[in-house]
Amino acid sequence: MENFNLFIRSIFVDNMIFAYFLGMCSFLAVSKNVKTAFGLGVAVTFMLVITLPINYLLETYVLKAGALSWLGPEYADIDLSFLSLILFIAVIASMTQLVEMVVEKYSPSLYASLGIFLPLIAVNCAILGGSLFMQQRDFPSIWTAVCAGGGWGLGWLLAITAIAAIRERIAQYSNIPAPLRGVGITFILTALMGIAFMSFLGIKI
Amino acid sequence: MAEKIDYKSVLFNPFSKNNPVIVQILGICSVLAVTAKLAPAMVMGISVIAVLAFSNVIISLIRNTIPTNIRIIVQLVVVAGLVVIVSQLLQAYAYDVSKQLSVFIGLIITNCILMGRLEAFAMANRPWASFLDGIGNGVGYAIILIIVGFFRELLGSGTLLGFQVVPDSFYEAGYVNNGLMILPPMALVTVACIIWVHRSRNKDLQEP
Repeated sequence: MENFNLFIRSIFVDNMIFAYFLGMCSFLAVSKNVKTAFGLGVAVTFMLVITLPINYLLETYVLKAGALSWLGPEYADIDLSFLSLILFIAVIASMTQLVEMVVEKYSPSLYASLGIFLPLIAVNCAILGGSLFMQQRDFPSIWTAVCAGGGWGLGWLLAITAIAAIRERIAQYSNIPAPLRGVGITFILTALMGIAFMSFLGIKI
Repeated sequence: MAEKIDYKSVLFNPFSKNNPVIVQILGICSVLAVTAKLAPAMVMGISVIAVLAFSNVIISLIRNTIPTNIRIIVQLVVVAGLVVIVSQLLQAYAYDVSKQLSVFIGLIITNCILMGRLEAFAMANRPWASFLDGIGNGVGYAIILIIVGFFRELLGSGTLLGFQVVPDSFYEAGYVNNGLMILPPMALVTVACIIWVHRSRNKDLQEP
């Protein structure tokens, strides 16, 4: 039950885009139409669900202070946490490449719709940010990591799909001052939606 | 490389015409997160300049030996190594600021400016040109950070670098700090305003 609450919290209250503003680069670049935006959202969710548990295991059994004590008592006072950035990003980059290869081999149709986004994901701040938040908050178990990853991913998917839908409409129907067209107005839209999502902050689950 | 590179334009173009933040739209996350106060914005700017310049040089030196299939991993590991050095230095010499920046120093790794420049410039150019390109883009990024940080701290808390700028008589006359400026959404609006001004001066950048 606790994990389910965390899942819901991660989607709405801790929304990656509207609460932490992570993963903005691809969010702004790929939100021109709903279909591609949805594809990228699915890919990001998938990667978060995979990499967060892996990084959680790394953190608990290798990196944390005293984490290596399962090897024997003489390893108990080793603290490798300064290596965590390098290891996390290596896991994320190699998982991206691995998933790209597997998807290409077994599901060419999915690859055709998702393929171009996969390399982009390695540098999506939302993925590394998820792992760093996991490290900062000391998650109690691996299921917590899976639920938080899924929630953050779905929240990101929700945000990018919503913005893409609004942008499609705005490009057709409204008369925006020329210097603000395109990126400028998207910034302001994101800001307004961010303010709207702040109303979730008061909710305690 | 036979053709001559114009070092001057490599260094100065990213300041305004080809600014990484407001023209190429890269590295937005950190602009939003660290600019509530001016001091962390400046530290972040300096860290990014250093990491960008040196990772450009390193990648440019080994560009002919990297296999194309795994180049993203190689680039990320080089950047991550440099970021770890920067974050350890900050923790040693500027602990308060590094606490304020928290995860965002780590997120320099996934700052799209780095990957964008490594991929677009350092993989195809010699070390010296790459170094200048790194400095130029880093400074372009830092300029935007400082402008945004300046306005957010001035309007949001009435201070600059921690010193009170808005005089007490203003507050007695009924002036109130705008608490909204501290929140991240207003950073987006500030950047949008910078884009607005910049694009109305450079008409060729406007989108149809």
